[in-house]
Amino acid sequence: MLPRELRFPAFAAFMLVLPALPLPDFWITQLNYVGLYAIVSLGLVLLTGVAGLTSFGQAAFVGVGAYTAAFLSTKLGISPWLTLFVGIGLSVLVALALGAITLRMSGHYLPLATIAWGLALNYTMANMDWLGKYDGILGVPPITVAGFSLGSGRGIYVLIWIFALGAALAVTHLLDSRPGRAIRSLKTGTTMAEAMGVSTFRYKVIIFVVAAVLAAMSGWLFAHFQRTVNPSPFGIHKGIEYLFIAVIGGVGHVWGAFIGAGVVKLIEDQLQTLLPKLIGSSGNFEIIVFGLVLILVLKYAPDGLWTFITKWLPVQRRERDWAQAAALPQRDKPQPGELLLDVAEVRKEFGGLVAVNDVSFQIRAGDIVGLIGPNGAGKSTTFNLITGVLALTRGQVRFRGASIGGLPSREIARRGVSRTFQHVKMIPEMTVLENVALGGYLRSSSGTLKAMLRLDRDEERQLFAEAERQLARIGMDGQMHELAGNLALGPQRLMEIARALCTDPSLLLLDEPAAGLRHKEKQALADVLRQLKSEGMSILLVEHDMDFVMGLTDRIVVMEFGTRLIEGTPEEVQASPVVRAAYLGTEH
Amino acid sequence: MDFSIASILTLDGVTNGAVYALLALATVLVFAVTRVIYIPQGEYVAFGALTLAMLQQGKVPGTVWFLLAMTVAAAIAEVVHGVRHHQAANRIAKTVLGTSAYPVAVAALVWWAAPQNFPLLVQAGLTLALVTPFGGLIYRLAYQSLADASVLVLLIVSVGVHFALTGLGLFFFGAEGFRNPSFWDERFTVGPLTLNGQTLIIFMASVAMIIGLWLFFERSLYGKALRATAINRLGARLMGISTDGAGRATFTVAAFIGALSGLLIGPTTTIFYDSGFLIGLKGFVAAVFAGLSSYPQALLGALCVGLLESFGSFWASAFKEVIVFSSIVPVLLWRSLRDPHGEEH
Repeated sequence: MLPRELRFPAFAAFMLVLPALPLPDFWITQLNYVGLYAIVSLGLVLLTGVAGLTSFGQAAFVGVGAYTAAFLSTKLGISPWLTLFVGIGLSVLVALALGAITLRMSGHYLPLATIAWGLALNYTMANMDWLGKYDGILGVPPITVAGFSLGSGRGIYVLIWIFALGAALAVTHLLDSRPGRAIRSLKTGTTMAEAMGVSTFRYKVIIFVVAAVLAAMSGWLFAHFQRTVNPSPFGIHKGIEYLFIAVIGGVGHVWGAFIGAGVVKLIEDQLQTLLPKLIGSSGNFEIIVFGLVLILVLKYAPDGLWTFITKWLPVQRRERDWAQAAALPQRDKPQPGELLLDVAEVRKEFGGLVAVNDVSFQIRAGDIVGLIGPNGAGKSTTFNLITGVLALTRGQVRFRGASIGGLPSREIARRGVSRTFQHVKMIPEMTVLENVALGGYLRSSSGTLKAMLRLDRDEERQLFAEAERQLARIGMDGQMHELAGNLALGPQRLMEIARALCTDPSLLLLDEPAAGLRHKEKQALADVLRQLKSEGMSILLVEHDMDFVMGLTDRIVVMEFGTRLIEGTPEEVQASPVVRAAYLGTEH
Repeated sequence: MDFSIASILTLDGVTNGAVYALLALATVLVFAVTRVIYIPQGEYVAFGALTLAMLQQGKVPGTVWFLLAMTVAAAIAEVVHGVRHHQAANRIAKTVLGTSAYPVAVAALVWWAAPQNFPLLVQAGLTLALVTPFGGLIYRLAYQSLADASVLVLLIVSVGVHFALTGLGLFFFGAEGFRNPSFWDERFTVGPLTLNGQTLIIFMASVAMIIGLWLFFERSLYGKALRATAINRLGARLMGISTDGAGRATFTVAAFIGALSGLLIGPTTTIFYDSGFLIGLKGFVAAVFAGLSSYPQALLGALCVGLLESFGSFWASAFKEVIVFSSIVPVLLWRSLRDPHGEEH
C-alpha cells in the first residue's frame, strides 16, 4: 500500500496519462463525463455530507457556466478563458443571493429555494430567443491552449481531469484547515460553533458559493466538450442526479464524488439500453432504479460506496510536525480582583414563564464562582443569557466594563468568555486534537482560499501546538489522535474544557463539568481548575456535585425557581436554612 | 386588459389555486406530522387522473398492478422485519394481512369493475379507493424505518421516491396523456363570467376538504394525537400514540387529497404520467409560503400561486412557470427578515 502522501500524486498521474494509452474513444468520453459530474458532486459533498445542507439546483449552476461560455464565445467571440470567469462570477452572484435569503433560516429552506431556482432558470433558458430556446446554442468553439486545440475528446480529457483533480485537492485541503473545521461543525447545530467564535451563517454561504463555483466550472468544460448546449442537461432532474451521485459514492467523502460519478455514469448507460429492451418500450426507466437505489443506500449504507474502500486503507495519524511552532497570540489578562462579569437583574421570559427572574451577581478576576440550585432553577438559562445563546428579556450583562447583553455569542467569545455545554457538543468524526483546535478559531485568521491553496500550514502548526498544550494541561494529550465520538462521556467533557481553554479566555463558564466523571476523574478535574485559578483564570461553574463545588469555589450563588436565593461563601451557603429548604424541603 | 379579462383570469387563477391549496395542505400536513418534505405529492395527482381516464375507457388501470406490486413489496418488508425481530409466525401473518388485505381487495374490485362501464361518479369513487392506499404503502416502504432520521435525509429519500414513482408511472400508465370528462357540464353566467360546473365542484371540494381537515385536527382525538406526534415523537410514543401508525395515517390522507386533486384537475388539462411533478411543486411553493406550518397561510399562498400563474400566462405565457417559481424568492426573503433565527436543523 502506498503511503498517504503518494496516493494522490499516483492517482493523478495515472488519470492524466490514460489518454496516451490505446484506450478506445468510448472510454475516454465516459471518463470525461465522470470528471465533469465529479466536479459538481464535490460541491454537494461539501454542502450535504460535511455541512448537512443540500441543493437540488446544482445542475442550474452548471447551466449558468455552460450557457455563459456558449453565448459569449459564439455570439461575441470572447475567449473561453475569459468566459470561465464570467460564468463563475454569475453563479457566485446567484449563490450569494439565494444563500443570503435562505441560510439564516432552518436548513430545509435552501433545498426548497434551489428547486425553485433550478426550475425557473431551466424555463428561462428554454424560452429565451437569444439563448436559442429548446435548441440551445450550437457550434461552441473548442478551447485552445498555447495554440493547441482541445477539440478532441482526448484533448479536453486532460483539461477536465486537471480541473477535477485540482478541485478534489482543494476541497481536501479545505476540510483539513481552520475554515474546514468550522464547516465541519455546521452539521451538528450552530450553538457550539458560534460559541467558538465562528459565524456559521458566513460559512454556510461560503460553501454554497464554493459548490456553485465548482458547478459553473463543470458547465464551462461541458460546453466546450459537447460543443453545443441546450436546456435539458441542466434541469431539476439532473440536479437530483448530482445529489444521487454524491450519496451513492459517499456524501461525506471527497473521493465519494468520483466513485459515485463513475458508478452512476456506467450504470446509467447500461440501464438506458437494457431496461427499454426488457420492458419493450422506450422511456427513461433508469430513474426507477436510481430512485430505489437512493432509498436503499440511505437506509443500509448511508456512508456510500467509498467506505467499502476506506475499510481497506490503513488509518494514518496526523504527523506531529508542530513541535517548533511559535505560540499563538494571547490577550491581555485582567488584574486579580478586577470586576470581570457584572450580571445585573437579568430576566428571561418564555411566553408567560419567567425562567430567570431579575438575577444579579458579580465575578471578580481570579475567583471561582459556583452557580447551584435544584433542577429547573434556571442555571443553564442564566449561562445561556451570559453567553448570548439566548436573548435577554431585560437586564444588563457587562464584561470587563463593556456591555455584552444582546451581542451574538461569537462576539462574546471574542471578548474572552468561553464555555462548555451541559450536553457535550462536539464533532464526533474529528479527532480530539482537531476538536480542541476549533477553540483556537478566533486566535487565527486563515480563510477559505488560503486553506484551499495550502498557504495556511504555519498557522495550522501553531493551532495544533496550542491544542496539544491545552490537552496536556488537562491530561488528555495521550488521546489526541482518537476520534472524539469514540471517547467516553468523562473525557468528552474534559475535551470541551480543553477546547474552551484553547480560546485563551479571561472567564471560563463550565456547565456541569463533573457530570458523568468517575471519582478519580473528578479529583483530577478539581486539580486542573485549581491550577487554572492559580494561573489567574476566573471560572463560573454550574454543578450538582456538592463536594466538588464546596471544595473548589470562592463564592456560591444559589438559585431557585429562576430567582437568586442567596450568595455567599461555601460555608455560609452550607449553613443557610433557606438553601436547605430549597433542596430538601421544609419541616412542617 | 379590461375588467372582463381580469375577472376571467382571476376566476381561472382561483380555480387552479383551490387545487394547489389541497396539495399545499397535504404537504404541510405530512411535514408537520412526520418531518418529511414530501416532494412526490403531485404524483398522486397523475395517478388519480390517469386511473379515472383508464376506467373511462373500460380498461383495467395500471394503478391496479402498481398497487399490487407495492403491496407485495410491503408484505415482504413486513416478513423480513418480523423474522429479524423473532416475532411469532401468526403475528407476522397478522401484520402482513393487515398491510395487504385492503389493497388486494380494492385492486380486485377495480379489476372487476373496470369493464362494467359504471357511471362517472362511481368510477371516481373507485379511483379514490384505489389511489389512497398508496400513501400508507409508500410510508411503510420508504420512510418507516428512517422515521428518526434528519429532515435532510428524509428530503433526499423523498427525491428518491419521486424518481421511482415517476419511472414506475411511465411503466404502468405509458407515455400517453389523457383529459378526463367534466363531472358537471352545466354553465352559469354571472356578469362577464361563465362559471362551469367543474369549477364549482373544485371550489366545493376544496372548501369541504379544508373544513374537514380543520375539524379533524381541532375536534377529534386522533387528530390531536397526530398533532402531538408532530410536536414531540418520543413524548407521543410515551402517551401510547403509535408514531408509525401516525405516519401511515398521514401519508394515507395525503394520498387521498392528491388523488382527489387529480380528479378535480383532470378535466381542465391533459395529464401525463409525469405531469404531477409540476402541479405538486406549485402546491409546494404555496406550502413554503406558509413556512410548511400554517394551514390558513398555505391556502392563501395557493391562491396567490394560482393568480400569479393565470395572470403570468396572460402577460408572458412562455414565462409563467418562471414567474411562479421565482415568486418563492421574495417570500423566503420576507420569511427570513421576519424570523431570522429559525430553529436549528
